[in-house]
Amino acid sequence: MTTTAPQLGKQHKKGRGVLGNAGLYVAVGIAALLFLIPFYLIVRNSLSTDLEITGEHWKVLPSFQWGNVSELFNDPTVEFGRSLWNSLVVAVLTTLGTLLMCSLAGYGLARIPYKHADKVFYAVLATLMVPTAVTFVPSFVLVSSLGWVDTYRGLIIPGLFSGFTCFLFRQYFLGFPKELEEAARVDGLGYWGAYWRIVVPNSLNFFAAIATITFISAWNSFLWPLVMGQDPSSWTVQIALSSFMTNQTVNFHLIFMAAAISILPLVFVFLFLQRWLVQGIAQTGIKG
Amino acid sequence: MSTTTTRGVAQPAPAKASPARPRRGLRGNPTFNFWLFTGPFLIGLVIFVFVPIGWSIWLSFFDARYTVTPSHFIGFDNYKQILTNSNFPDSLLTFSVFAAFIVPTTWALSLGLALLVHRLRFMRAFFRSVFFLPTAVSYVAAALIWKMSIFSGVRFGLMNTVLGWFGVENIAYLANPSPPWYWVVIVSLRLWIQSGFYMILFLAALQNIPGELYEAAAIDGAKPGWQTFRYITLPQLRATSTAVILLLLIAAYQAFDEFFNIIGQNATWAQTPLMELYKTALGTSQDYGAGSAGAVILSLLICLVTLIQGKFMGFGRGEEAK
Repeated sequence: MTTTAPQLGKQHKKGRGVLGNAGLYVAVGIAALLFLIPFYLIVRNSLSTDLEITGEHWKVLPSFQWGNVSELFNDPTVEFGRSLWNSLVVAVLTTLGTLLMCSLAGYGLARIPYKHADKVFYAVLATLMVPTAVTFVPSFVLVSSLGWVDTYRGLIIPGLFSGFTCFLFRQYFLGFPKELEEAARVDGLGYWGAYWRIVVPNSLNFFAAIATITFISAWNSFLWPLVMGQDPSSWTVQIALSSFMTNQTVNFHLIFMAAAISILPLVFVFLFLQRWLVQGIAQTGIKG
Repeated sequence: MSTTTTRGVAQPAPAKASPARPRRGLRGNPTFNFWLFTGPFLIGLVIFVFVPIGWSIWLSFFDARYTVTPSHFIGFDNYKQILTNSNFPDSLLTFSVFAAFIVPTTWALSLGLALLVHRLRFMRAFFRSVFFLPTAVSYVAAALIWKMSIFSGVRFGLMNTVLGWFGVENIAYLANPSPPWYWVVIVSLRLWIQSGFYMILFLAALQNIPGELYEAAAIDGAKPGWQTFRYITLPQLRATSTAVILLLLIAAYQAFDEFFNIIGQNATWAQTPLMELYKTALGTSQDYGAGSAGAVILSLLICLVTLIQGKFMGFGRGEEAK
């Protein structure tokens, strides 16, 4: 009975004339083409020879130089494979660590009755006021005094403690049905057991959404790896790309191939995990 | 803990504690569990967020060149220095103008895309994906495409090729600041990368507008189109708009990646506040004091802008109302 109201609501759109619809699709189509141009360029350029890229006459299709891939990975002057590996390690561990730290803290703040919990919560909220990018100077000072420059620790650990992600988890757990946990508690589970056996398995959608968002922002982050990466062996793929751009010798086809490969994992993430991603962004309204 | 004191006292203790009660000992102790859950996060938060912030404020009052453990207190000299003897105030001004331009533009474009996609009946998921996909691309990779392919200043760049068809001479977009063609490059890149993300937010909000509102408006004689948009859609999107503008403002002042890669830090123009701080603190001068002072100023500025925006748009109103 009660479900009829929202269904009625969905039908508010009035039928439109064929012309109105055509105009709509033309507008959307043109916008979509504009949005796809950069993707076209990166694919075209990465599979071209340098001459095709810089030639006077615009070639719409590349000559599909698949050898560019092996040329990039075999180029001894750039450690591209290494930087990809670094990015993968950093992004995966950052994601796992953030999920663990922030979900536990969010659950504690949302569910465990402790008389000073609200004070702790305000302390977490306060960190949201300070723009993260602005703290890179003192963070660098701290991490370098710990001797963590050029290490995975330096790249990963400072990023795990996101006040915002903790806040999101808290908000999510506040809305989690309490009855499920109470049933588990009756059955003799403590908070810890109820969390791992009941709450987490029933929240996988939300975890997946946060994981996707965290992974993307870790993979794409630039400023912190730039500050951290003094030695090329610790560069992430974004730093490697950036250094190609400022290098003296410009191998266009290799640069674009590197950029294409750096984008590829996230395009996969987008295409396959889009449901969680869209849902997560709609719920949270922010990246990482 | 107090539950253990009944031990040894002859009491008709209930054989089974009332079932919903927490168990005895540490497992059921809320205080212990609270710190078990939040402790690791809080320790990290203190070390990697609170300590750097505090350290930064402390450093900003000391002569901290080449050292992070300075001893010479100089009061507000670092603030004076970075506000008078550097390009930092210029970049603050430039990027306030940048924010004043890019924020409404991105807001309008993402809202426009959301309205278009929302009205689609076929292939909605496809078009949503197309507009959303640029969010996957890092600013670095996008900077590369923009700098070396679309807006490359020579004949083979896409833009110059297209303009060439109309007889326009090659434009060197990034070579010099006058005329400031580089803004075209940066703004188009930012619009491309950001709009899809905020479009998703608007789409979610559009789906949450109850259809009855439109029906009621139709009964009251509102014409579909501008009138319903102006009097129903836009007000219903207020909370989302506030959040979007807030996020865009913060993002505009924190611009770094694409400017660093497209303009470069050796140019004298279009240096973002963060680039200036990067150069001051981590460049050759290694002036952590002045860099920290700049970071404090930038943080205060962002907070101020946020508060002003909140004042105008009713920050927090409707946010929790869901």
